[in-house]
Amino acid sequence: MPEKGAWVEVYNIVLPAGSRAPQVPRDTQDVPLEMRVRGFLLAEAELGKECTIRTLSGRQVKGILVNDSPRHVHDFGEPVRELLEIGPEVRRMLWPSLWGGSDE
Amino acid sequence: MNKSYEAVMSRKNKIMIDAVGLDYTQFERGPLAFDYEGMMRSAGYSIERVKQIQAETSVGDTPLIELRNLETLVRRMAPPGKGARILVKDEAANPSGSFKERRAALSVYQAAKQGYKGVIAATSGNYGAAVASQAAMRGLKCIVVQEVYDSRGLGQPEILEKGRRCEAYGAEVLQLSVGPELFYVFLLLLEETGFFNASLYTPFAIAGVETLGYEVGRQVMERYGRQPDAVLITHAGGGNVTGTARGLLQAGCDRTKVVGVSVDLSGLHMASDRDFNRKSFTTGHTGFGVPFATWPDRADVPRNAARPLRYLDRYVTVTQGEVFYVTELLAQLEGLERGPAGNTSLAAALSIAAEMDEDQILVVQETEYTGAGKHPTAQLTFARQNGITVRRGDPAESIPGELIVIPEGPHQVKAKDIDLSALARSYIRNALERSGVRQPDEFEIEFLAKEVKRDREFVKGVIDEVTGGREK
Repeated sequence: MPEKGAWVEVYNIVLPAGSRAPQVPRDTQDVPLEMRVRGFLLAEAELGKECTIRTLSGRQVKGILVNDSPRHVHDFGEPVRELLEIGPEVRRMLWPSLWGGSDE
Repeated sequence: MNKSYEAVMSRKNKIMIDAVGLDYTQFERGPLAFDYEGMMRSAGYSIERVKQIQAETSVGDTPLIELRNLETLVRRMAPPGKGARILVKDEAANPSGSFKERRAALSVYQAAKQGYKGVIAATSGNYGAAVASQAAMRGLKCIVVQEVYDSRGLGQPEILEKGRRCEAYGAEVLQLSVGPELFYVFLLLLEETGFFNASLYTPFAIAGVETLGYEVGRQVMERYGRQPDAVLITHAGGGNVTGTARGLLQAGCDRTKVVGVSVDLSGLHMASDRDFNRKSFTTGHTGFGVPFATWPDRADVPRNAARPLRYLDRYVTVTQGEVFYVTELLAQLEGLERGPAGNTSLAAALSIAAEMDEDQILVVQETEYTGAGKHPTAQLTFARQNGITVRRGDPAESIPGELIVIPEGPHQVKAKDIDLSALARSYIRNALERSGVRQPDEFEIEFLAKEVKRDREFVKGVIDEVTGGREK
């Protein structure tokens, strides 16, 4: 159970499905407007339960505790063959005598 | 105080005045027109003073780099005598890695000067990190509100990276799922904290971009002894175009063509939960570029200081695949690894330079930083995970939200023109509709003509179309 002072993420529903702004398209009307924010836990709390945090701007925010020590998981993805081909192609165009070789 | 959606939205003007410290009603001139230049002067800083303020936090004075290998490549494809010099303004050299820091520098300076304790910005773009970095340097608190997730909780990798960067500078990052009600959350936060609204669209923010156009003009004239012939500017909300064009004019570049460039995302709905993660570009695209050109006052301030139709000479689109392709060219031929979104106007540069004479000068006025998430491999991997097909071929075959086509050679990268006069007509129609004015007087006609960079006859023609002929 995350302790007081732990770095956590909380979650809230800001506007439930069906209460979205009128100009929003149908598929978005059917889902809630959700919010996530990170901060330091003010008192020991259980995952999935309501808790209060202090954010980096100093605000106190109440929300459902959804993540203890949230990681940044975005990365550089897979190698993309379609991009890897480009460098050799354009170098062959600019400097054919050096880069003109072919595997075939 | 009532915090319901309707109640907060109805208080929006009051919240805005408190959060920008500028009473916009003083600039209004009747139901339709307003005093644009008067509003811009209210920022109250000369370009020299703006440069000074930016220098205090190491913003600006970025290198202007000639892309010699790309030039050679373009000249090989172009007819004899064609193929302009291609220069790029390396805006990634700003502290937080993008030109947006110029905008943020002025906003945060203004907030500190007016005694605000913190700043809030509503943005999923590089502007968040820019405001966070500036707030860090000036010792202010900072909150960045981002639209990040779809209803599956899946975040755009590019926006996740921007959020991480904001946090690295000590900002609170409030992440939301898809929807324009972000504005409602933003208003609630302004009310709760009393912080400054570091809007992208205040006169201060636009004054901050003017130094970019000014530097480009000065650097080109000093080095090459002539004005730049064309400056290509990525266009989304209009601030980049407006500020750069105004700066060019202040540098004396009165013959330079101002060209806006957006990524073509036509057919995708910007507020759709389903479409949100089917695009690889989260800004600099037609989903912002077209609506903000035809109605600038949809922004988070009563009157938008970014008014692109006042300055654009030409507006073109490029495809997502073309931007990824030139991002690769910039790394592989020029040794500059930069973020793809910042290379939007570079994609248009290939075909536009090929139309221009060899002794002419084309400037691409930005680059942005790259990193995890904000990288072609990250974004194409994410696209594939979301069911988008990625293949080589002719980019003309691309379908936003379904198919990304990476060109097979530089000759396939072709900027596509958007009819600016159609956008101008659409702007005038919007202005008439929203103001309720059916027969504008001479002053209002003059205002509309300036708004769309056309003559009075053009404006009168559109008014006739709308009202079905002038009432006698």
